[in-house]
Amino acid sequence: MVSAAGRPAQPRVTADRELCIGAAQCAFAAPAVFDQDDDGYVVVLDGDPGSGEWEAAQEAADLCPAQAILLADGADGADGADGMVGMDAG
Amino acid sequence: MEITAQRGLSGAPPFPQPRTCPYQPPETYRRLGEEAPLSRVTLFDGRVVWLVTGYHEARQLLADERISADRQRPDYPALAPRFQAEVARRLVLIGMDPPEHDEHRRLLNPDFSRRRVAELRPVIQDVVDHYVDRMLRLGPPADLVRDFALPVPSRVISEVLGLPGEDLEFFQEASRRLLQATTREDSQSAGEELIGYLDRLATRRRTESGPGLIGRLAREEVAGGTLSHSDLVQIALVILVAGHETTASTIALGTLALLDHPEQLARMQADPAAVPAAVEEVLRCVAVTDLAGARVATADIQIAGRTIREGDGVLLSGTMANRDDRVHQDAEDFDIGRTGRRHLSFGYGIHQCLGQSLARLELEIAFSTLFTRIPNLRLAVPADQLAARPLGSGTVQGVQEMPVTW
Ligand code: HEM
Ligand code: SF4
Repeated sequence: MVSAAGRPAQPRVTADRELCIGAAQCAFAAPAVFDQDDDGYVVVLDGDPGSGEWEAAQEAADLCPAQAILLADGADGADGADGMVGMDAG
Repeated sequence: MEITAQRGLSGAPPFPQPRTCPYQPPETYRRLGEEAPLSRVTLFDGRVVWLVTGYHEARQLLADERISADRQRPDYPALAPRFQAEVARRLVLIGMDPPEHDEHRRLLNPDFSRRRVAELRPVIQDVVDHYVDRMLRLGPPADLVRDFALPVPSRVISEVLGLPGEDLEFFQEASRRLLQATTREDSQSAGEELIGYLDRLATRRRTESGPGLIGRLAREEVAGGTLSHSDLVQIALVILVAGHETTASTIALGTLALLDHPEQLARMQADPAAVPAAVEEVLRCVAVTDLAGARVATADIQIAGRTIREGDGVLLSGTMANRDDRVHQDAEDFDIGRTGRRHLSFGYGIHQCLGQSLARLELEIAFSTLFTRIPNLRLAVPADQLAARPLGSGTVQGVQEMPVTW
């Protein structure tokens, strides 16, 4: 979506510190993209990670128990993972 | 819409059921997991509730706001008679819903951040070395539960809470009695002793400063008036209850799983960098809490073609979700070569384990030190003779004793 040449209007990776419960899954899954501050809450280190890190960021969004990580494709953790199984009655 | 709603209702098997192997689910759970991601099970009091065995469904429900962890609700599912007792119903944090839950959690998160936990590494290493030294001095044989798995997390929690050195023996002994109690009276009296102790310490810390979580909370909160004294005492108790038995059982059952899989153990011993992944696989496989959560629905919820009704009890099976073959290849195998953290052994959603970074570090240091310093550690009795913890004590899995030699 965002080429190396193009500048994204918004960072592709954002985290909602109000939702964050400090579980540190993100810093584990994608240490180049996320860190925890001294109080244990998420900090986005790299809002526009390269393709190598994008997969790790997706894993982080998937693991985050508070669904606090938003990826610009509209693929936050819950949708990404749960969409696969079709949660709605068929 | 609800084609599957009737299926399986006829047979709602009893829950919980004992594991036959201490780290593998009973056959009935497996069968339920194979049939559907949600099933019906019957509790000791005859109540029929949902057992969720699918990974995605369990995560979706644990993150759903229409589901409550409040143990004081009359419709909250009681898993054993013991949990109907007053003490179990007043669980701060674990048994609270937002916004109360979140206020307490925010108070505690800083003490359990990865950075803070990393600072504890040398302390944990000292504690682990101390108990390995002691085993080597007094044995062989040894009881891995009593001589290693129980005291290590107890000492680490003492450090986190900031207990004075002279109280460590008392604290450890009372915690052990609380966990190993076989009668209700024993567990009650040990529990009361601990509450009394924590209460006195928290009171002292209001005027006389001290280290650790109790020192900090007593200073900042009780003095400032935002946290009540009784909540502070309850928080300290919850940290003990949630962090001691779980970690101790994971050390014991993880050691057992590693001993049962010598080729995996050899891989871990050969490569220190493989230990964190081995810890993750131990967590996934042994899932000591069995349940990733127990909840009650506060509204009707549609999921996987079924309808959970308002007021229904919902049990989320970590043990089975961790073995969901939509998520893990050869999910039944114990394989320390897996990557990622796709298990629910620490729960999911807003209640996901506060102490998980600490637990991971304790397990990493415990396994690597134990198997480096006692490389030929082995069971002193056949594995099928290990006595599982009695069912009435709840759903935390474990063994009462684990005789080992070397
Ligand atoms: C291997 C060890 C551990 C396991 C398997 C484990 C498992 C769990 C699980 C499954 C939950 C979620 C319960 C629910 O949603 O109903 C939880 C929550 C919790 N755990 Fe752990 N735990 C472990 C170690 C620890 C340690 C070491 C501590 C603290 C020192 C701790 C403190 C807590 C607390 C306070 C909660 C409640 C969090 C909340 O409600 O926001 N746990 N744990
Ligand atoms: S994984 Fe989610 S809850 Fe945990 S620190 Fe990262 S953003 Fe916060």
